[in-house]
Amino acid sequence: MAEQVLTDISALRTSPLAHLASALVQGAVSGERGVGLREIAFTTQIGLRAEPGSAAHAALSAAAGVQLPSAVGQVSGSADGTAVLWLGPDDFLVVAPEGSELLGPLVDALGDEPGQVVDLSANRTVIEVSGPSARAVLEKGCPADLHPRAFAAGTAITTVLGPVPVLLWKTEAETFRVLPRASFADYTARWLLDGMSEFASDPVD
Amino acid sequence: MMLIECPWCGPRNETEYGYGGEAHVAYPADPSALNDNEWAKFLFYRKNPKGLFAERWVHSAGCRRWFNAVRDTVTYEFKAVYKPGEPQPIKTTNAPAQGGTK
Ligand SMILES: [Zn+2]
Repeated sequence: MAEQVLTDISALRTSPLAHLASALVQGAVSGERGVGLREIAFTTQIGLRAEPGSAAHAALSAAAGVQLPSAVGQVSGSADGTAVLWLGPDDFLVVAPEGSELLGPLVDALGDEPGQVVDLSANRTVIEVSGPSARAVLEKGCPADLHPRAFAAGTAITTVLGPVPVLLWKTEAETFRVLPRASFADYTARWLLDGMSEFASDPVD
Repeated sequence: MMLIECPWCGPRNETEYGYGGEAHVAYPADPSALNDNEWAKFLFYRKNPKGLFAERWVHSAGCRRWFNAVRDTVTYEFKAVYKPGEPQPIKTTNAPAQGGTK
């Protein structure tokens, strides 16, 4: 009997917040104080290390199809396509849709130059917090300045949310992506749901 | 709560940082030549001045980079931050105003 080989394992995967799927839907608050949560699971994430100005840095930019960002907060590319987040002066994270075939070309582009290309897709999940109250929810536990004058749409920073180290990426005026490590995803989502619940009630004057 | 300026990320809350003790402690040129007393002094003995002090900090919840700072140990005020390899901008009792060692 021929041995059966499973070539597509995507049906077997469970995202870090799959068990909270209905809670995320039920936790949504609508209206002018609204805020909602959703998980963007299984994104392609690739860690890049390369010294700015080096051959490796240029080669990785070319292979990613976007210039690597050069300063804190900067995000190259687009949130719906391939984006590159600045994590440190020589430290970057590529975030792209599920199934993006970027790893091979990036590894080839680096070649033997000093640097790093590492598949980190399973490292962090993406929680999108959106709505008029999204910033107010995040501000309950994020020490960074999230006012639009300091944190504009299209930028991302490494910081903490409550006690959880996260990447915080503002994709639109009222839309934030929170990237905790997978093992922190459950706690982070519950923390956010808890922070959102007050906005379902009318404010007390 | 204090804001500390990271040389790469700008002002961030102190909770994002870790403290690394005295800066510019030179690694012994010939470690094997040191006796136990001298080795212990290199590893464990640090200055503890009242006033300006050059010290190491790490932005552990941000860019994860180490940097140096001159801080007043009386007021906690940060007088300057500078990257590894850059010259120390303000003179302190534990290191010269120029040096720029790691
Ligand atoms: Zn930093």
